[in-house]
Amino acid sequence: MGHHSNWPEWVYVGVVIALMVWVGAEAWNAERLVEHIPADAEVIKVTGQQWFWSFEHEDGTKEIGELHVKVGKAYKFEITSKDVNHSFNIHDYVVLLDAIPGRVNTVWFAPMEVGEHDIQCREYCGLIHYNMRGKLIVEEAEPSS
Amino acid sequence: MVLELQKPRPIWQIMFSTHHTDVGLLYLITSLAFLFLGGTLALAIRAELFLPGSQIIADSMTFNRMFTVHGTTLIFLFILPFASAVGNYLVPIMVRYKDMAYPKLNAIAFWMIPPAGALIWLGFADFTWYATPPYSIISAPGPAADMWIFGLKILGISSVLGAINFIVTILKCKHPDMSIGQVPLLAWSFLTSSLIVLVAIPTFAAALLMLLTDRLGVSGFFNPAMGGDPIAYAHLFWFTFHPEVYVLVIPAIGMMYEIIPRFSRKPIFSHSSGIFAFVLLSMVSFSSWAHHMYATGMSFTEKTVFMIGTLAAVPASAMHVFNFIATMWNGRIKFATPMMWAVGGIALFFSAGAGGVVNAAMPLDFQTHDSYWVVGHFHLFVMGTIAFGSIGFFYYIFPYVTGRMYNERMGQVHFVLSFIGTVLVFFTQHVLGLYGMPRRVYDYPPIPEWITMNQIASVGAMIIGVSMVIFLINMIYSSGKGKLADTDDPFNLGGKYYYPFEAKNPHH
Ligand code: HEM
Ligand SMILES: [Cu+2]
Ligand SMILES: [Cu+2]
Repeated sequence: MGHHSNWPEWVYVGVVIALMVWVGAEAWNAERLVEHIPADAEVIKVTGQQWFWSFEHEDGTKEIGELHVKVGKAYKFEITSKDVNHSFNIHDYVVLLDAIPGRVNTVWFAPMEVGEHDIQCREYCGLIHYNMRGKLIVEEAEPSS
Repeated sequence: MVLELQKPRPIWQIMFSTHHTDVGLLYLITSLAFLFLGGTLALAIRAELFLPGSQIIADSMTFNRMFTVHGTTLIFLFILPFASAVGNYLVPIMVRYKDMAYPKLNAIAFWMIPPAGALIWLGFADFTWYATPPYSIISAPGPAADMWIFGLKILGISSVLGAINFIVTILKCKHPDMSIGQVPLLAWSFLTSSLIVLVAIPTFAAALLMLLTDRLGVSGFFNPAMGGDPIAYAHLFWFTFHPEVYVLVIPAIGMMYEIIPRFSRKPIFSHSSGIFAFVLLSMVSFSSWAHHMYATGMSFTEKTVFMIGTLAAVPASAMHVFNFIATMWNGRIKFATPMMWAVGGIALFFSAGAGGVVNAAMPLDFQTHDSYWVVGHFHLFVMGTIAFGSIGFFYYIFPYVTGRMYNERMGQVHFVLSFIGTVLVFFTQHVLGLYGMPRRVYDYPPIPEWITMNQIASVGAMIIGVSMVIFLINMIYSSGKGKLADTDDPFNLGGKYYYPFEAKNPHH
């Protein structure tokens, strides 16, 4: 409105735009690296259904509620659902992807330490959504005797 | 001036009136009633989550129904009708016209709300405020789900009718002496948010019908068992509801544009930059809807496009914050109740936006998505920004609606408690999300950090609850027994900027 100069606002808007460009570029770069699936990743089929998770390894072994993996190996999850939408989540490894009937979504991870982690459902799926939980068990690469 | 309660009239005279201040009063009372109803559900939800295990809510189905109706109520039956109340009172006055452009249509748009509210509350659906298929098709119990669908359908029509009315009133009925650039920013906020409504709502209106026919089994648009695609619903839903969040927030910003200059006793820093930011926001709000869908398995390219679209909206929001601060700069600020709410709301608006940027950055969203972080994020907007702006504005127009003053001390206590409570609940929920707690859960495992943070959040919610009781008492007492307001300068601001309405309505 005419009588006062507006340059501080333009400087400020410039700073905000620069910040957003920086955030966007960093995010773009990080996501690009994260999404690059290693060629030797072993496939694990993950199926969500009301209200539990089941897993199928490449060698055909099946597990329900618990998932055993070996430390230092890369795994690729192929996630789907048998009924309604769910979301497969291992929060400690920032693994999060929706399980949607009729679709297969893929995400990969490589556990670096032996240990146990929670698996949970992060998309509302009804009555027992709050307790649609499982365990990820990361084991030594060679079973010790 | 407006002075509704000073000259008592039989209630039916107000109910059957089409005059804009009467319809405004109806909107106002309805929206506040739903604020208290929806808020009560929130307190029950927070009480349940105070500890792991079952506390006060018997089973998870009841809990799920409660958070669904809580969200639906506060968005559609509090925030939107409250904005319509303010728009009804002030837009015609601000553009110097005798009423809304279509008074009967205006009354009809209001009267669609009570039946829709009744459908939502009597049904008490459980499928969350996004009613995502296939859960909402194959799993959600009827008739609750169907009643919710019809309720939302009616509310959508009401919104569109209201939007048409605001647009025509502002563009076609404004006084010929007034250029569009001179229209006050509050009225501009209604113009831009109404334009968003017209473009955004039809998509969800179509999706709701498709959802209904899917539920009836005669179609399978979103049902994978019949060859449909649930992701299609997510796109239709968010194409409406991302822009819709700006429909919620823009009028609240408009209300702050009234309060901030008045109580700073200075003109707004830049009227034109306010208009520019509103117009820009209303356009870029359509470029980012799928930032709610990063985790549905979108390609890298799609995610990148929607991230850029989201970040592009940030400068426009940031311009409003600048405008507010620059207006207060060197002002003779009077921290009366309305000003406290507005300034508190701006601080929370800023924090909320910063959290939004984190969500928008793709790799970070996989930390925050569908966790309590997101609950904290959007509540800093809906509670911290929109409810704060609205409540502040309610105090601001209280003398004009009732002819009386509220109790200033109680208004300030209300603000201080609400502000502390809001920070405790919603900042804590951000952290809780980073610890991995999913949203929409009736119970949670006894992880020590989760328990502590849930308790902080629950205590914060109770503090807000107490503050709202003080609010209710103040409102009821003061509208009947408060001291008579000086309607020319109720806030004792003196000088040139004291009255809230640019012109008086010839009707009164
Ligand atoms: C600086 C501006 C904003 C940015 C960058 C932003 C960004 C985001 C992003 C990326 C999400 C998705 C998070 C997820 O689900 O993982 C989100 C969720 C949400 N935002 Fe914002 N947002 C902004 C402003 C707003 C405003 C102004 C409102 C409301 C008035 C709002 C309301 C919501 C709601 C309701 C959700 C969650 C919906 C749900 O899942 O239930 N946001 N926001
Ligand atoms: Cu679930
Ligand atoms: Cu959004």
